[in-house]
Order: sequence, then structure tokens, then C-alpha cells
Amino acid sequence: MPLQSLDILRRSATTLPPPGVRVPATGTVAKLIDTTKCIGCKACQVACMEWNDLRDLIGTNVGVYENPRDLSDKSWTLMRFAEYENPKGDLEWLIRKDGCMHCEDPGCLKACPAPGAIVQYTNGIVDFQEENCIGCGYCITGCPFDIPRISKRDHKAYKCTLCSDRVAVGLEPACIKACPTGALVFGTKEDMQQHAAERVEDLKSRGFEKAGLYDPPGVGGTHVMYVLHHADQPELYSDLPNDPHISPAVRLWKGVSKPVSLALMAFTAFAGFFHYIRVGRNETTASDEAAAARPPAPAPTPPRPSPPAAEKRT
Amino acid sequence: MTSDPERRDTIVRYSPGERTNHWIVAIAFVLAALSGLAMFHPALFWLSDLFGGGPWTRILHPFIALVMAVAFLSLAAIFWNDNAMQDRDWKWLRQYRDVAGNREDRLPEVGRYNGGQKLLFFTLVICMTGLLLSGVVIWRAYFAAYFPIGLIRLASVVHAVCALVLICAIIVHIYAGVWVKGSMQAMTRGTVTPGWAWKHHRAWFRESSHAAHSRPRPD
Repeated sequence: MPLQSLDILRRSATTLPPPGVRVPATGTVAKLIDTTKCIGCKACQVACMEWNDLRDLIGTNVGVYENPRDLSDKSWTLMRFAEYENPKGDLEWLIRKDGCMHCEDPGCLKACPAPGAIVQYTNGIVDFQEENCIGCGYCITGCPFDIPRISKRDHKAYKCTLCSDRVAVGLEPACIKACPTGALVFGTKEDMQQHAAERVEDLKSRGFEKAGLYDPPGVGGTHVMYVLHHADQPELYSDLPNDPHISPAVRLWKGVSKPVSLALMAFTAFAGFFHYIRVGRNETTASDEAAAARPPAPAPTPPRPSPPAAEKRT
Repeated sequence: MTSDPERRDTIVRYSPGERTNHWIVAIAFVLAALSGLAMFHPALFWLSDLFGGGPWTRILHPFIALVMAVAFLSLAAIFWNDNAMQDRDWKWLRQYRDVAGNREDRLPEVGRYNGGQKLLFFTLVICMTGLLLSGVVIWRAYFAAYFPIGLIRLASVVHAVCALVLICAIIVHIYAGVWVKGSMQAMTRGTVTPGWAWKHHRAWFRESSHAAHSRPRPD
């Protein structure tokens, strides 16, 4: 059956395993973004627009290098520019290509309530299937990196696909193809980690002692990784999270609370049913009606066996 | 029973306006609960078909819920004064075994509402308020963008917890209506029999029959 996916590792709002026998023998894939080689040319943004046929609105110039100003449903990747004055008093221009990190443990997928609106392939790519998206925005709530954007036109969530369509047929993502400096590379995650290790070693020899690879373990690692000159301070790079993880609130909401809630609702209903079976209805009898029919008489006090003290009626 | 000449007159418990208000809340609750559950647990996503699919469920749920919240707040305002907890209500609650065992003769006298009904009332007030406030925060189409992500995450949990408590409370509420025979007609026809009022809400029975006796009959 070639015309179906047999490489789905996780599928949103799905309680049984999706078909996933087809696992890449070479392991998962990864994009490596070497911020130390990036010159901020935005060729990757252009390539992304071209390959995916996306044309964002022409915004307004507010005096910063980011263009557009933020990710959007039509801008799936964005160069972010940070000016950092290092302890020696020198200016460092820290440029980071922002976009989906393709988490191994994706918060968007965990939060998504629509079956199959988000899938994770066995190669590690996390992909939105917009035809199943209901537009609730829970993926935004779940994402530790503030990536998904809901279109104001069709109310579907969009983000970087890591060019899953290209990768599926053996091509590298469009942004990789366009990068003129080799700051973007793509391959198996293992290869990318090895390549990053060489880069980090080189950077350390050039005085960047805190250089390192950003592959945050809080989300199980990511399939988009950064080489950073200051890996000890990722927040320098336009607020790249230091220790990203799925929020405990989201874990609670989309984790244990789901089965527990259904169980409590079912328990309540069953408690009623068995109360009915064991104790039965509380019925008004003819004697109750008779008691009620003797009005002006003093009302009998119910609780105690003490002689019915006539209650004062006002 | 009103038509049965052998019976005494029935007692009015809920006016047509109160019944209309109650059933607007009830219908909106059922729709909001079904559409909300569809988005809460994958096993219940099929409920979204009742609303025209996933996107329509997402679109309709908050509007249905707004109708519920507004109608409920109106209902709560009407019944607020009747639901003040009194000592006898706490005592009634402590004797939950006698309540569940239908041993009503051992329970303290009950006014218009018993301790359980009052507890339910305040549970509903808290849950409805929590659902309304958290629901606005997570309403992605109009409001979520105005709130910080941490608050949206917290509101998502609050929304789920309030909904769980509300749904369980309403299951209890519905069962209580079935369990205590003669209660349902209070909210469908507006009346109860004097025996029902005498048995379950004796203080209220005396008040209302006293009022009925002392009030000049309208001619």
C-alpha cells in the first residue's frame, strides 16, 4: 500500500498507535543552524517562501532588521537579530533563524484535541495536517517555543514543516539549499550532532569557551538544533528558552486529567444508578399528602422522638 | 395532578419565567458539555459530529457557553437569597447517610432548599464563574492573543477542572430530580403536591401554605 503513510510515530488526539512500521534505518533527521556562521542574509526566508508558495503581507519598517516582524501563518521562518554587548564591551550581533524546533516530545501535539491534526513522523519531523485542524489554538498553548500561528483567514494553525514533502523524497529542506555560508546543514540527527561537535571544538579554540549545541533535553531533544557561541545563555538569542519543556499545566490538562475526569464522570453516573437500584426512589406517600392536608393544625416536628412540641405559627 | 379533583391543590414552586430560565441553562449546558467534551478527550471527539464537525464545534462551544453563563447568572440572582446556608443545612449535610438512605424523618426541617441543594448551588456558581473567566482567556479567535501564555495554560487547567466538577454536579442534580419523585414536575409544570412539600421542604411548605392562606384570593 504505497499511497499511505507508514511512518507516523505520534498522531494528535489518538489513543492507539498509528501505522509506523517504516522507520528510517539511519535514525531521525535534524537541521543544524550554526548561528556562528549566519550572516543574516535571509536567503532561508526567501527559499521558504518560494518552496511553500507563501507571500506574507508587506509590513512596515519599524527600524529593526527583522522582516517580517514576527512569525505568522505565512512566515514559517524568521531571522531574529539581537545586539549583545559582551563583558569586554564589544558588540556581538547574534542572529538566530527562528521557526519550529521539531521537538522529540512536541507540546503542540500533546495539546491538540483534533485527531490527526498534528503528526510526528518516524524521522522526527512534526507536521501540521491543516485539513484536520479545528483552529482552537491549543497547539499555541502547548508549544514551549511560541511557534504556531493561526491564520486569520482560514483559522488553521501553520508552522515550519521542515519541508517534510522534500525530505520524504530525499531532498533537503529549501532553507538549507539556499544558505550561502553553510550555516544551515541537514542530515541525520547523529551526523548533525557530530558536525556540531566539530564546530563547537573549533569555536572553543577561537575563544568562545561557552560555545555549545542547543538540543534541549527538556523536550526530549529537538530536530532543529543550534550551534551557539554562548550556549550557557541561549536567552541572548532573542529569548531562546534556556530550559524549554512542556508546561506542567499543559501536562496536567492533556495528561492525567483526561482519563481521571472521564472516570469521575462515569463514577458519578454509576453511583446514581446503583443508588437507584439499592435504595430506590424517595416517594411521597398518601400519608404525607394526608399530613399536608391538615393545615391549620400545628406542624409536627420531624427529627426527635420527643413529644411533638407545637410550633408557633405566625 | 392538578386536574385530579380528589387531590388538594398543588403548590407553585417555580414560575413560568423561572422554568424558562432554568431550561435555557439546562439545554445550553448539555450542548456546551457535549461540545467541550469533544475537545477534551480524544475518545469523545466523535461528539463534534453533533455540531457539524471539529471546526464548528470549536466555533459554537464558546457562544453556547456564553448563553449558559448569562442565563445561569440570571437564575442564580433569582435564587440567591433562598440558598443562604443555615445551621440546619449543615446538620442536614452531616447526616448524609440518612439523606442517601431515604430516612428523611431523621433529618432537620428543610426550607425552600436543603443543604445539598444549597451546596450544589454554590458549586455551580463557582464553576460557572471559573468557566466563564477561564473560557474568555482561552477563546483563541477573539481574546487569547491579549493574555500571556502562562495565564492561558493556567486557564486551560481551570477550565477543565471547573467543567469536570460542573458536569459531575449536574449528574448529581439530574439524578436527585429522578430520585426524589415529584421533583421533576416542579421544573416542568411548576408545581408540587402539598405532600411532597410537607415531606421534603416542611419549613417552606408552612411558609407557602401560610402565605396562601393569608393572601386574599384574587378575584
